[in-house]
Amino acid sequence: MSRFGPLPDAVPVPLDPPPAVWAMLRRPGRFLLSWWPWRCWAHAVGGAVVGYAVLLVLGLLVFLGVVTAVAGVGLLLLVCTVVAAVPLGRFERWRLRWVEPVPVPDPHPPVAGGNPGAWLWSRLRERATRRELAYVALLGPVFGAAGFGVLVLLAFSLILVAVPVIVWAIAPDTVMLIPGRAVSSPWEGLAGTAVGLAGLVAAAYAGGLLAVAQVKTARMLLGPRAEDPQVVELTRSRVRLVEAFEAERRRIERDLHDGAQQQLVALSMTLGLAERELRGVPEAARAAELVGRGRQEAKLALAQLRELVRGIHPRVLTDHGLAAAVAEVALRHPVPVAVDLGGVPRLPGPVEATAYFTVAEALANAAKHSGASQVRVWGRVDSGVLSLSVCDDGRGGADPEAGAGLAGLADRLAVLRGRLTVSSPVGGPTELRVEVPCSG
Amino acid sequence: MLRLILAEDSVLLRAGLAEVLSRSGHQVVAAVGDAEGLLRAVAAERPDVVVTDVRMPPDHRDEGLRAALELRSGDPALPVLVLSQYVATAYAARLFSGAPGSAGGLGYLLKDRVGEVDEFLDALERVAAGQTVIDPEVVRVLLAHRPGGHPLARLTPREREVLALIAEGLNNQAVAARLFVTEAAVVKHASSIFTKLDLDPVEGNRRVLAVLAHLRGAAAG
Repeated sequence: MSRFGPLPDAVPVPLDPPPAVWAMLRRPGRFLLSWWPWRCWAHAVGGAVVGYAVLLVLGLLVFLGVVTAVAGVGLLLLVCTVVAAVPLGRFERWRLRWVEPVPVPDPHPPVAGGNPGAWLWSRLRERATRRELAYVALLGPVFGAAGFGVLVLLAFSLILVAVPVIVWAIAPDTVMLIPGRAVSSPWEGLAGTAVGLAGLVAAAYAGGLLAVAQVKTARMLLGPRAEDPQVVELTRSRVRLVEAFEAERRRIERDLHDGAQQQLVALSMTLGLAERELRGVPEAARAAELVGRGRQEAKLALAQLRELVRGIHPRVLTDHGLAAAVAEVALRHPVPVAVDLGGVPRLPGPVEATAYFTVAEALANAAKHSGASQVRVWGRVDSGVLSLSVCDDGRGGADPEAGAGLAGLADRLAVLRGRLTVSSPVGGPTELRVEVPCSG
Repeated sequence: MLRLILAEDSVLLRAGLAEVLSRSGHQVVAAVGDAEGLLRAVAAERPDVVVTDVRMPPDHRDEGLRAALELRSGDPALPVLVLSQYVATAYAARLFSGAPGSAGGLGYLLKDRVGEVDEFLDALERVAAGQTVIDPEVVRVLLAHRPGGHPLARLTPREREVLALIAEGLNNQAVAARLFVTEAAVVKHASSIFTKLDLDPVEGNRRVLAVLAHLRGAAAG
């Protein structure tokens, strides 16, 4: 255990990746010299323009709608206001691509038939539409206002930067940085330039943070949510698929157990009896030898079948759960494995099976490629998330793309809303981490 | 001759086992196909030894193992031999965890062993005589490679062989016969093993259980 540091406690699974701007903001040198501040400013300007325009038009629509509601026309206007959020949401999702490369998916399911009435009716009833309306309403007062603030800061900073030029080119002794004290020469104006540059940096960061806030808000309000009917249905059907897959493996295991394995055991019993009967007969020595060989062959076939079944769905996993099944694999592993799955309880079948096969695959890879002298398996369940780590002290440099087995397991984990990460720098150590929600 | 009760859900294997046992001079007083039947038959027949499969109806999980544990908690002196399609240390741990050293014989064997008729009958008779029998496969897995610095690494190859046979449940005499050495040599090896593993020198079933507990503890670390 000496070569391993302590493993961190379980971390909650971030189910959405951090915005790209956020990653850039943490590297100030690169952020300021990149196109990112410009993109953020452009997005903020656009937001201010769109936000206020929309506020004006929708405000007017609502006002007119309420006023004329008695006449019936108003209701139509109010309906238009609500449904207008759908194209506006789409526009905002498109505009967000200026500052975030990961697109926000369309939350609306397709409407069958192409009938405008049906379209209107289904959009009016969707929660996604209401969320888009909320986003559109926030656009002007919140993002527009903040964007306007950033622009004002930007404009003032640019003017300050330009103070020496202004003083030199236009009118000495008229520009005042501090009230009451005119700047008499371009050199004195350099103080203004310094403040202006600081202001520009501040404006870049303010623009970046605004973009982060907007990406986060858009993901919350403009994207699909787990409880939206079509997302729920898709997730359910994927989970059903994984469950069917597991059930099929269990069925194959059961069939082999009830069929071929029993037959082979019975065969070896019969051969064992025959061997005993023939043993006392001197003239049947040759036959006894052949029967003995047959029994050995049946024994080998049984051992092979048992290994095969272990790879399909191990009994211990069904009967005793993940910790016991992993301990069993660890005992059979050619490299010493320290297992620490203290307190991992029984979990839903698909989670247990996927987690088990991921650990088994990781251990097999560690044995085959890493040259490790020790492997450590660690796992905990915290806040409903199963975290697993398989870490070896081998030479590293493993290519996660190369393992077809791991790629398949990553897919199965993804369906369970989990994820698999492999870190394997050249020189080691290789660590594979799994995080998967246990709710099933 | 032993009076046996046999519990095995596969008709084919039940017949095969019954044949192996009756041809070897034992009497199968009842052959049943599920755990319920096993409990009833034992209550009615008071057998010398019970042979049961792990996996039985209705759920085809570990009903047989649970029935064996139930029988033992009712009558700790009843010898029970559990047969399984797979051996796993988790099952062995469950079966042997509740077994006090003075109780009746207890055995846990891979089903394939029945094909080695003589060894199977020997194991059965040892269980009936109150000894402990553990499948070599379980012992092999438990004794496999361990991290360097582990007490097991301090054993000589010969001592490891002796330890494996002790863990399978053989007494000194049987170990000596298997390894073609004198009983005195085995006693010497055993005492050296127990010193190296820091175990109390005990004999009989308690010795096997101590070794098993030690190996499982080592495996879990």
